[in-house]
Amino acid sequence: MFRKIVLGFALCAAQVGVMAEVAPDAFVLQLSTEVIDAVKNDKAIQAGDVARIRTLVDTKVVPNVNLHRMVVKSVGPQWRTASPEQQKRLTEEFKSYLINTYSGALTQVKDQDVKLRPMRTGTNPNEVVVGTDVVNRGEPLQLDYRLEKSGDTWKIFDFNVLGLWATDSFRSQFARDLSAGGIDALIDRLAEKNRSIAGSKS
Amino acid sequence: MTARRFAAVWLAGIAVLGGSGCASTAGTRGDPLEDMNRAVFSFNEALDEAVLKPAAMGYEAVLPEFVRNSVENFFNNFHDAWSAANHLLQAKPAAALEMGLRFGVNTVFGLGFVNVAGAGIERRQEDFGQTLGRWGVAPGPYLVLPLLGPSTLRDTASLALDWQAIPEAFLEQGIERFALTTLNVISVRAGLLSATRALDEIALDKYALVRDGYLARRRNLVYDGDPPEEPAGTDNDAAEGTAPK
Repeated sequence: MFRKIVLGFALCAAQVGVMAEVAPDAFVLQLSTEVIDAVKNDKAIQAGDVARIRTLVDTKVVPNVNLHRMVVKSVGPQWRTASPEQQKRLTEEFKSYLINTYSGALTQVKDQDVKLRPMRTGTNPNEVVVGTDVVNRGEPLQLDYRLEKSGDTWKIFDFNVLGLWATDSFRSQFARDLSAGGIDALIDRLAEKNRSIAGSKS
Repeated sequence: MTARRFAAVWLAGIAVLGGSGCASTAGTRGDPLEDMNRAVFSFNEALDEAVLKPAAMGYEAVLPEFVRNSVENFFNNFHDAWSAANHLLQAKPAAALEMGLRFGVNTVFGLGFVNVAGAGIERRQEDFGQTLGRWGVAPGPYLVLPLLGPSTLRDTASLALDWQAIPEAFLEQGIERFALTTLNVISVRAGLLSATRALDEIALDKYALVRDGYLARRRNLVYDGDPPEEPAGTDNDAAEGTAPK
């Protein structure tokens, strides 16, 4: 009985600890800093070790991304016409493609520093845009994130490099294959791209 | 040919091409000349692959990094002065002062070859296309210029003016001027080698990626990194099906 009460208290305390909300900009700053530090402290990643970069992205970044929302937005209206099986394969290929894209950028990390820019909130309190400047020598690189509230923390559902939103860019690039051969053509194209990227790095 | 004449000839060429049948297919929003643009884009790509990229790779292989940085800094220094002028034209005196300072510091202490100001003052590039944008001139249709790459009607028209602010403009025509232009182009291309490698690797439709990137980047620059949100209705979460497990 006593043990149960203690356990109950412990759970309650854990709950309270978790419920303390993270501010979205603090969340972004922490995530970026963690990833940059991880790269800085890993000689294998700096040397371009693809497997290690993937592990880093998979464990640190992917859990903080709403992949489903990204893929739906990138594909556009045709998503609805896809069968569950197609949606599943498309999501898988999209995920690899995203990781491939992101991994390439990570190998470029050297002595960057991340600075927050003022946050923008719209009408929806559960969605915000957090802007950052990645600074090293020369012009700062602008990297913004769209975040949605997910329980007590936040999830990234879009990011913006130098003014271009990722999902807008994907949608525009997917359009050609989608109009030519539908969902299957897009899946094939992504799969082919993923294979060629994997091939060029091994 | 002066820079001004050069630009005028391209403009005329584009007007002719644009007017003659190429406008038959409606392109994506902001890109009514997509068919023609794609053709020019392919031409530029082929030329880059055959001439510019090998030259840039040679340049990178032969010259040590500090020499390449000096070349880059020399050209950037001129751009800083022109950026300062455009900041002023856009009624942004503080930024103008900063860029003016960059130019001054780098010219006096580094003779343009060493980027002394680099550590303290971040570069904020401005060109005349941005100045026009700041005062409300719309970008107009997207254009891919032969040799020069992505642009818009507004930015193309501004090129003639921007080209008066490059170091080459201070030399008489002739071999030195040609050499300086070549050096600048190769230096810029060499700085982009790893970026274009990455681009080639990840792009599914390189033309669309470059176009969207260019248009978004220009829009972003006009608003100094804080553009107003695009009109709503792009997010189709309403279309969401069941999440695949």
